[in-house]
Amino acid sequence: MLAALEGAVTAAVLALTAIGLSLVFGVMRVVNVAHGEFYMLGAVIAWSVATSLGGHPAIGFAAALVIAPVVVGLLAAAADMTILKRINYDPERTIVATIGLLYIIQQVTLMTYGPEARPVEPPFNHRLALPWVEWGEQGLALYWPWGLSTTSYKLAVIGAAIVVLLGVWVMMTRTKIGLIMRATQLDRDMAQAFGIPVERVYAIVFGIGAGLAALGAVLIVPIQQAYYLMGADPLLLSFIVVIIGGLGSLPGTVLAALLIGMSDGIISVFFSPTLAKILATLLVALVLVFRPQGLFGTRAA
Amino acid sequence: MSILSTRGLSRNFAGLRAVHDVDFDLPKGQVRALIGPNGAGKTTFVSMLCGRIRQSSGSVSFDGQDIGRLPAHKRIRLGMAYTFQITSVFQRLSLHENVALAARRAGTDEGAVADALSRVGLADRTDQVAGDLSYGHQRLLEIAMGLAQAPKLLILDEPTQGLAESEVLAFNALVRALAGNTTVLLIEHNMDVVMAVADRITVLNFGEVLAEGTPEQVRANPDVQSAYLGTA
Amino acid sequence: MSRAVALHLGLIAALFAAQFVLPTYHQGNVARIMVLATYAIGYNVLFGYTGLLSLGHAMFFAAGLYGLALPIQHLGWGAGPALLSGVAAGALLALVVGLLALRTIGVAFMIVTLMFSQAFYLSVLLAGTWTRGDEGFVIPAAKQVLFGIDLATPTTRYFAALALFSLALLATLALVRHPFGKTLIAIRENEERARMLGYDTFRHKLGAVVISGAISAGAGAGFALLFGYAGATFASVQYSIFPLLWVLLGGAGTVIGPLIGTLFIFYLIDYASGLTDAYMAVVGVVLVALTLFAPQGIAGELRRRVWKGLP
Repeated sequence: MLAALEGAVTAAVLALTAIGLSLVFGVMRVVNVAHGEFYMLGAVIAWSVATSLGGHPAIGFAAALVIAPVVVGLLAAAADMTILKRINYDPERTIVATIGLLYIIQQVTLMTYGPEARPVEPPFNHRLALPWVEWGEQGLALYWPWGLSTTSYKLAVIGAAIVVLLGVWVMMTRTKIGLIMRATQLDRDMAQAFGIPVERVYAIVFGIGAGLAALGAVLIVPIQQAYYLMGADPLLLSFIVVIIGGLGSLPGTVLAALLIGMSDGIISVFFSPTLAKILATLLVALVLVFRPQGLFGTRAA
Repeated sequence: MSILSTRGLSRNFAGLRAVHDVDFDLPKGQVRALIGPNGAGKTTFVSMLCGRIRQSSGSVSFDGQDIGRLPAHKRIRLGMAYTFQITSVFQRLSLHENVALAARRAGTDEGAVADALSRVGLADRTDQVAGDLSYGHQRLLEIAMGLAQAPKLLILDEPTQGLAESEVLAFNALVRALAGNTTVLLIEHNMDVVMAVADRITVLNFGEVLAEGTPEQVRANPDVQSAYLGTA
Repeated sequence: MSRAVALHLGLIAALFAAQFVLPTYHQGNVARIMVLATYAIGYNVLFGYTGLLSLGHAMFFAAGLYGLALPIQHLGWGAGPALLSGVAAGALLALVVGLLALRTIGVAFMIVTLMFSQAFYLSVLLAGTWTRGDEGFVIPAAKQVLFGIDLATPTTRYFAALALFSLALLATLALVRHPFGKTLIAIRENEERARMLGYDTFRHKLGAVVISGAISAGAGAGFALLFGYAGATFASVQYSIFPLLWVLLGGAGTVIGPLIGTLFIFYLIDYASGLTDAYMAVVGVVLVALTLFAPQGIAGELRRRVWKGLP
């Protein structure tokens, strides 16, 4: 039960991060290897905003929640316009360029922020005891065992992630910008012919994708800590999620994030974390080899 | 005796019948033209012959052997050569290397390379990079690659597209010179070329064989006339 | 003797002569560079000549490294058989990975190789009892002896590295002049056309993966033998990115490119790490700059501007 709740927190943050990667791949056909670094940048910016504002933790955190994704999004959009646009989104050269970007962001953070891991205080943090049902002497009894508890903050993370994911879904399906994105995804040249400013759409999508990763990081940073190497695991996990969910499919991505996030805790019960990671990476490789449409996708004609 | 024949050859794309139930026989040494309106399934049909596309159903046999399940490269090695509808040469390699790649696999020698290039009139450009050639010359290079393979069956997909008038005439002469030794199957839109080089013509329409016969018979066929006029 | 052969023999002669001029510190560096350039040469067979971009070559390098180091350490093997087992381990791994990964193309191929390599790296950590994980282990100097020559002295180490490098360099030169190599280039240029000329492109690509994996493993085995150390770092993602960087900078699809690229990057990182801990930023900047301004690399630009026949 507790493992499932912890899993849900992991899944919620993972879904936000992965949906950003998936959006970028879906619309732009770009594999952004620097995605994990945008996540890391979100956490680090959250730390600097929270510490420089002072006052009640909630004020700093609320500011970080807005500032970090926006700053990261703008940075990513700028990277798109100065680098990716100029190599014309050629798939292989884009990967090489984003690997370069990964090192630049990570190492510049090391130079400025330093090698320490730093915590951010959560805006609110009540301990919530969870009820448990057991067959006791007087029949079915409800009681509050010691240790079975979570914090209100963790529940809020899950809630926030659901709200944002719904927001992304509404944006893609119900708004004009979503329509434009989907049109660009289907046929870039045709969209261009119909007067859609494809280059601007790409910059916006790249910015939103990175911003979502940053948002996920801001949410997680009161639970974990901000650290310049923290981008590697989310990158790997997002890759796993996006590939298993079917490249570029948003519902598939969310479903896969749930699956991976929830099972992450459960698998580690049976195997060592390293072995669990080995199995997960091999699974991704084999999915790509034998079911490139993802586990939940249907094969396109 | 037929070098190539198909029985009930069909291909569907997402429910659309691109080629349907085609029985086709091509005798050895003949020059056959395959014509039909745009979208009639000509390229799909020849792609199934050489293995670029797998058939949905039906069979293909070549030189007395069932090849319907062989991968493309094995069919080519049995003695087919295929030139692409959209020019597909090795852009950054020299003309010589382009043709040599074709000859090497087919087991023909250096002489075949020079011979193939001179037959299409590109002998004086052997060291040039293919990407520097004009579009028409790239088409000729592709034909030279086909010739260097010394194939039993040469499949040409719209070879004269983009060629100048004089080059078309040279092409006609080239194909007539091959006739008798090499079997030629060519998809062609230019009816002057078809009438000049083809021994027989097969007409495809909506993925099915509409007519087959000598150029005169096909020209006189009312179904063919209406098919062409109907889509013009 | 053609100009191309003369150029490459001249390069080997120059490296031979350099041993007598270079100060000790740089001698050690150049020995290292030659072994790493051998790794780059292996990478170049697949990326430069076949057009397949792998993000997982560290697994082949590390397969050679451990294929040599583990039998020496735990089975008491001599350097000779261990060198062979290192190369064999890399070739075998490449065969298996190739059979699976070559079912995919483009971006999927890159991710699949990345994932296999990551699984390999984690496996090295998992087998910490034997590999001692990130910490690694030292191969005793008494074991660094091949054909009765002690490879642990600066001079013998330099010439052994040169021998390994020369072997790989001349092998690539022979490969690209051989029909098999010419077919690989044809596949890089236009795979569909090569297939429709009757070439079994899958088997050619598989051959390229195995040759590339074997050369990379040879470099890994050579590295462990000459420098007496094996650690999990050499299996990490970073060591998959390095050969890509070296080859891109030096010039993909040129025989001398890998050495040029390795030389530049090695000294660049050497210099940068003296200034800051964040020296990997340099790698990032070079990668971005290369994709933007010089996708052909140094030797590629030479070929374009100076000598078209550069192999």
